[in-house]
Amino acid sequence: MQPSRTSRPKSAILAGLVALGCIGLAVATPMLALVAVAPAMPELSADYLDFVWSITKFTLLQAGLSTLLSVLTAIPLARALARQASFPGRQLILRLLALPLALPALVVVLGIVEVWGRQGWVSTVMQGTGLAGPLNIYGLTGILIAHVFFNMALAARLLVASLEQIPPENWRLAAQLSFTSGHVFRHIEWPVIRSVLPGIASLVFMLCIASFAVVLVLGGGPKATTLEVAIYQSLRFDFDPPRAVLLAALQLALCAGLFVLGGRMATDIVVMSGVGKQVRRPDQAASRRTDTLVITAGLTFIALPMLAIVLSGLAAPFGVIVSQSVFWRATATSLVLALTAASLSLVMAWSLLAAQRTILRRRQPSRAASAFMSSMQASGSLILVVPPVVIGAGWFVVLHRTGLAGSAAPVIVAVVNALMALPFALRILRPAVVGQAQVHDRLCASLGLSGLQRWRLIDLPVLARSFALAFAFAAALSIGDLGAAALFGSADFVTLPLLLLQKMGSYRSVEAAGIALLLACFCLSLIWMAEQLKTEAQSQ
Amino acid sequence: MTGAAIQLDDVDFAYPGGEPLHFSTTFEAGSFTGLIGPSGSGKTTLINLIAGFEEPVSGHISFDGVNAAGTEPANRPVTMVFQDNNLFAHLDVFTNIALGVSASLNLPDDDRTLIATAMEETGLSGLGRRLPRELSGGQRQRVAIARALVRDRPVLLLDEPFAALGPALRRDMLRLVSNIHKQRAMTVILVSHDPADVKFAATHAAFLDEGGVVANRPVDALFSASDIPGLQGYLGT
Amino acid sequence: MLRLLTVVFAVLMAVALPASAKDKLTIYTYDSFTSDWGPGPKIKASFEATCKCELEWVAVADAVATLNRIKLEGASSKADILLGIDTSLTAEAEATGLFEQHGISTENVNLPVQWTNKTFVPYDYGHFAVIYDSEKVKTPPASLDDLVNGDPEQKIVIQDPRTSSPGLGLLLWIKAIYGDKAGEAWTKLSRRVLTVTPGWSEAYGMFTKGEAPMVLSYTTSPAYHMVSESTDRYRAAGFPEGHYMQIEVAGILKSSQNKKLAREFLAFMTGPGFQDHIPTNNWMWPAGKTSDALPDAFGKLVKPAKSLLLSADEVNANRKAWIDEWLKATTR
Repeated sequence: MQPSRTSRPKSAILAGLVALGCIGLAVATPMLALVAVAPAMPELSADYLDFVWSITKFTLLQAGLSTLLSVLTAIPLARALARQASFPGRQLILRLLALPLALPALVVVLGIVEVWGRQGWVSTVMQGTGLAGPLNIYGLTGILIAHVFFNMALAARLLVASLEQIPPENWRLAAQLSFTSGHVFRHIEWPVIRSVLPGIASLVFMLCIASFAVVLVLGGGPKATTLEVAIYQSLRFDFDPPRAVLLAALQLALCAGLFVLGGRMATDIVVMSGVGKQVRRPDQAASRRTDTLVITAGLTFIALPMLAIVLSGLAAPFGVIVSQSVFWRATATSLVLALTAASLSLVMAWSLLAAQRTILRRRQPSRAASAFMSSMQASGSLILVVPPVVIGAGWFVVLHRTGLAGSAAPVIVAVVNALMALPFALRILRPAVVGQAQVHDRLCASLGLSGLQRWRLIDLPVLARSFALAFAFAAALSIGDLGAAALFGSADFVTLPLLLLQKMGSYRSVEAAGIALLLACFCLSLIWMAEQLKTEAQSQ
Repeated sequence: MTGAAIQLDDVDFAYPGGEPLHFSTTFEAGSFTGLIGPSGSGKTTLINLIAGFEEPVSGHISFDGVNAAGTEPANRPVTMVFQDNNLFAHLDVFTNIALGVSASLNLPDDDRTLIATAMEETGLSGLGRRLPRELSGGQRQRVAIARALVRDRPVLLLDEPFAALGPALRRDMLRLVSNIHKQRAMTVILVSHDPADVKFAATHAAFLDEGGVVANRPVDALFSASDIPGLQGYLGT
Repeated sequence: MLRLLTVVFAVLMAVALPASAKDKLTIYTYDSFTSDWGPGPKIKASFEATCKCELEWVAVADAVATLNRIKLEGASSKADILLGIDTSLTAEAEATGLFEQHGISTENVNLPVQWTNKTFVPYDYGHFAVIYDSEKVKTPPASLDDLVNGDPEQKIVIQDPRTSSPGLGLLLWIKAIYGDKAGEAWTKLSRRVLTVTPGWSEAYGMFTKGEAPMVLSYTTSPAYHMVSESTDRYRAAGFPEGHYMQIEVAGILKSSQNKKLAREFLAFMTGPGFQDHIPTNNWMWPAGKTSDALPDAFGKLVKPAKSLLLSADEVNANRKAWIDEWLKATTR
């Protein structure tokens, strides 16, 4: 008995240390490489520094405006959705709001161009009615439309989830105290919104700062470039590592600074928060008409680009697409990457959580243990501070110096993708691993269950669903990633999003539409499976 | 102000997928009735129907003979105190009470005096600037009662508001409600899971079982009765 | 379950890894060269008929990007030949030390200028020009200055000089005309730029789809529309300041494992088997003899008043500074 009980915690802590070490290595190595290259920065012309200054300003400007617009539009939409609990198709609408985050950014961009582009639906209608000329989607306008598409949906869902947390008694009180919808906003909704808004806003801001695919495609040239895209361009367009170092350092400083300033971000990224409660509210009937209008408008904005993806995707020449060997290679590469990244992510998350659980069991953890504990907790959100493209750029420089760029590229992309998925995986697994296990610990100890036997009989059945769920999310994230893959793309290493970018770049838009639809289907079916698991897990 | 008589005539109600409920009873004006009965017997639903948070499927509810069908909760002669979440967490005690007077918080001096009186009456003097999280559980329910007082409605509905408090504190609160009942002559209905509370504070007691009001009598008469089906079983006597 | 996953994984890995080659010539080039309507597929067929080998085109967005790719991959590149950079990049390419002398006879090469470079072999040439849609643009820009100062609402799509040879061409064109004032010219011109694409084909695709009424391309581009679509709707604007010239070339990588085959290809490139496909597929002037005379459309094209061409060494020495100037001027 005794030996097995002591050996397990030790190995758990060891696994945690190893995971933490790996994460540290994956992030720190490229950082060190960036620093090492920094002194060799010979030719940063005054013109270039001016350019860097301009894009830094633009990076902040577009992120600020995107955040403002997303949040300002999300508030009325969330209020309307929370208020109209019996709105027809409300569950479906709430699910639809979760989709933008699950879709690869590049796919969404394609849909947005289809709707908002110069030749798009909106321009056609506007020109047809003679109201105005065609829209110009390239530059700030396009970036804002795309960012609001992603983040309004995200913010609205987070807000709806918070509004649904309002205790039902508050609504009865409101009914009894004859609150108007203005009173409801002032006394009930706004306090809730205000308490979650800083977290949501800083999350959205961070996502917009690190946005890659949107700016790459819709930026329309140097005028609307962000640091993230400039890092990629300095490596892929100019092949100039010192410049990439400068930009990456800037981006890192920006993100870290914001992380410190913004404090607690709403990392509870939608996927998990249960929304869709049926709350009876006294202000439902009075605001039904305006709410219907707001919901319809929001829904149209979100649904049109998705519809465009489906429609133009269905019209694509699938025969041509599947006849190209590069398509099959890209599909296989993407799937291998997704499986690897998701597995890696789960192993890291499990190791970290198991070690945390072991430490939590101790009544009085040592100072070292507490420090270890907090660094493990911090490692999960590291990727939010260090954007994937920065890590990728660092590794790019390292590998290039050692001449391993070609062969190691897939490994690095998988690792970066795994890190990207880690915060999600931790969030999904934590309650199951740390919470559930605590419940079982005493019982297992008294029954003498330990080691593999306990894992097989007790832990695994409880954890299986959470694992599957985390795996699906990580895989979907990896399949849709462009940032890390774009840095390492080559003739030998093509992923589906990269292939899509190539097709768009060579103006094979019909083929691009088909690939976009397939990519969207991959991601959505993964998310759908995950959602199914979630509901089953909840009903248990 | 005197309390209103409440009459329920063949009120039918059911939650989706729930057992059907049927209520027929009268609460006399100025009475203090304790509702007892096993959980699920419909105690809370009964007062939710009276407050107007639920509408009967059929039958009607009247206050002093006036049918309340279709009347918004705010326009009924009723005020209610819940088990928890009676207060807005971000608003201080004074504002929480003031919302009972004016939802827009436009407060002429008269109203401020009214609020101060209610705070005094409920033992909250000097706590006006405190936030709910800085109060004890008992104090929080006192704030809710103070708000009920400034609303000045003939009927006070209490949905197990003291369930989470310790025995001594619960007695204090019941004494407070009992005093208010006597001074203001309100009609009070208290949902409780403890018959001792009802015996201690109420003038009447109603026993609910199997989706209806089995009996509604003066306290002593009800607890000493032997003709009420299910009551002995419930009380364990 | 685990076993099934392993099998799936193994199968995917097998598909993901590129199949190993036997006797294969790999050529990196720009995207439009290899498209279905470009010369790539036909040249592949005609070369494979003579060499008993396999020719694989690897397409990158545009010419400058192909050189970037070679630089990135360094000695480990699997390219045997780089085809598609132009004379503005030859000096820079040579300076990388990744290319070796072609060592073939260039007697078949026929260009308006003398060809002396020992590393690269030219295969076609042309002049950059602004192509406009005559149905939308009633008064096309009459000069480069007119283009720079014109109505900002009338948009043009250009290419990124960091990735695209027409993009770089325009950069050099403006430099050749405006000299030290190039930055200011770019600031003005950038108001008219709808978007900057990484490659020529995306820009030209946007133009023909109607996203913008003007695009940066070649004087020869209207020939495509005349021959293939029988329309003269799309025209080149002739600029009296002169047109910047482009000579497109190919060279052999030092790291190539198939140098003999690569040299065979370069020699083949100067002959009709390759050149025949240039005028009506790549829509450029051939740099060697073709079997048949050029279509009549080529006679109707705008003839540049003057050919502008900066020396490869000058471009190599200044390209970075000029691109920085462009970056600054267009973000202003």
